[in-house]
Amino acid sequence: MVETQAKLVLEVNDLRTYIFNRSSVVKAVDGVSFTLRQGETLGIVGESGCGKTMTALSLLQLVPKPAGRIVGGEILLNGDDLLKKSVDEMRQVRGREISMILQDPQTSLNPVFTIGDQLREALGVARKESRKNMVSRAVDALRNVNVAAPERRLEDFPHQMSGGMKQRVVGAIAMSCEPSVIIADEPTTALDVTIQLQYLRLLKDIQARTGLAIIFITHDFGVVARMCDRVAVMYAGRFVEEGSCRDLFNSPSHPYTQALIASVPKLEEKVERLYSIEGQPPLLSDLPVGCRFEPRCPHAKEKCVSEYPPSFMVDSGHQADCWRLDSSW
Amino acid sequence: MANIAIPRLRGYGIPVLRKGYAGARRYPVISLTIMLFVLVIPAIFANWVAPHDPVAGKLSDRLIPPFWVEAEGEGLYARPGGSMEHILGTDKLGRDILSRMIYGARISLTVAAISIILAGTVGTTLGLISGYFGGSIDHLIMRLVDISLSIPAILFALVLAVVLGPSFQTVIIVIVSIFWSRYARLVRGETLSLKAQDFVARAKVAGASNTRIITHHLFPNVVNTLIVLATLEVGQVILLEATLSFLGAGIPRPNPAWGLMIANGRELLVTAWWVAFWPGIAILLSVISMNLLGDWLRDKLDPKLRNL
Repeated sequence: MVETQAKLVLEVNDLRTYIFNRSSVVKAVDGVSFTLRQGETLGIVGESGCGKTMTALSLLQLVPKPAGRIVGGEILLNGDDLLKKSVDEMRQVRGREISMILQDPQTSLNPVFTIGDQLREALGVARKESRKNMVSRAVDALRNVNVAAPERRLEDFPHQMSGGMKQRVVGAIAMSCEPSVIIADEPTTALDVTIQLQYLRLLKDIQARTGLAIIFITHDFGVVARMCDRVAVMYAGRFVEEGSCRDLFNSPSHPYTQALIASVPKLEEKVERLYSIEGQPPLLSDLPVGCRFEPRCPHAKEKCVSEYPPSFMVDSGHQADCWRLDSSW
Repeated sequence: MANIAIPRLRGYGIPVLRKGYAGARRYPVISLTIMLFVLVIPAIFANWVAPHDPVAGKLSDRLIPPFWVEAEGEGLYARPGGSMEHILGTDKLGRDILSRMIYGARISLTVAAISIILAGTVGTTLGLISGYFGGSIDHLIMRLVDISLSIPAILFALVLAVVLGPSFQTVIIVIVSIFWSRYARLVRGETLSLKAQDFVARAKVAGASNTRIITHHLFPNVVNTLIVLATLEVGQVILLEATLSFLGAGIPRPNPAWGLMIANGRELLVTAWWVAFWPGIAILLSVISMNLLGDWLRDKLDPKLRNL
């Protein structure tokens, strides 16, 4: 557990990223706020298409252009508003301050360059050094992510490495400039289970050593439980519940969170049918006025249809957007 | 034991013979040797190697066949036999064919090299820009490509030749303006599929500029394709140059370009086959050796095939 005194690295207030299509506006990220402290891991969970990746891309301002645009909010990195920075200043932030690990290691490395070349390129961005120094730093970077015989691996091409190994190299590249925040967008989805575990442990180790803050995007609750200090549950472009990992699992307060946790299959129970949430998430281009989960919610009342619920405190540091937490419910 | 398979010994131990054409592709030495010793070195040292002046001919020596052909016919239809004086024979104006071929290699190979490099550079740059940025610039460039592909090459060449006058430069301009679009289209397609891959996204996340992504991440990935295309185009470029010269819109006579020589020999094909035959062989050799070289380079440049 991270003590609350740790330095605040990232603060996001009411971030809104819309995608403007010919006939509609898709509200991919619609008022997301969170904070991230040094050495902390924030998990973002939610179904496909709920805006997790768009949130990550918004932080880096790499929203697909020209359709996507950040229309409001602020992103404070160590107190600086990233949204006020110019294109060139933003380029300095990417990789150096905020880095990202992508989902598929198979295509995240350039197939025509050796691992060494790609590591050196990443290291060279941070500071220019002699070739010999760069080689030894590249070796160190690989050793950092537990690659065996790093000296020999430098000459390898990506196709000569396994998926897990490639993802570690990608991790090494992402961490090469010692960023203060790393966004990991489903980094273990493409890996098999044993390698997943190794990789997660590795991330934790590195975090403990460097005080890195991690934003962990996933839809795997097992990974969340293992990795994260705090968890945010995202639904239709918004964080519907946010709290410490323990609170969220012990007392999920938003019906969507409850349903998500219930839909994880359990070993102890034998069931005929696996639990699933009825219905589909709303179209992000045509959101209801009221609570976005209302059409699928078993507890819905009239108030849920007419008005979006504010955030209610459940505990200290645990909040959820649901009318059921209101005293007048 | 009757069932033991006996290895076939034909061509055993000599990889090229054992593996045939597929084997020859692996050994750039062969194509490079052909290139260098048959085509390039004689062309560079033409002044010393060529036995005769390529332009000046003697009318008394017209249409002498290659050295091994014997004299035939009598009276009015008499034809002299070949001699070692003109090893590959002479043309209609009594010019030595071997000498013309050696000098012609200079022109044909230079035209091919310059125009392919120029067309490749222009086409690749536009293709990368078009594929990477997309949007209206992509539309603009692709419509230019469509235009370039839809204009009949010969007609366009004739117009240019009339406007600019037939010359070495005109030929290169014509070839470049026809061939760049193939590179552009091919490179754009490759770029479209490459830019969807995560390594480009990762480069963006790492703060790389567009220029850097194009030059350091996309370009190295299309080089293989480019080299294969370029080597395949050599033959076409030489042939186009031949066509242009044939129509009088290319290398001006009496310069000894291969295409021009074939054009000159065309009407004599039945009576004096050697006039068109030898430059044809030269074009064939250069095209084959360039293709072999291209195959080999492609394998060498692709990390996945390099160690095979």
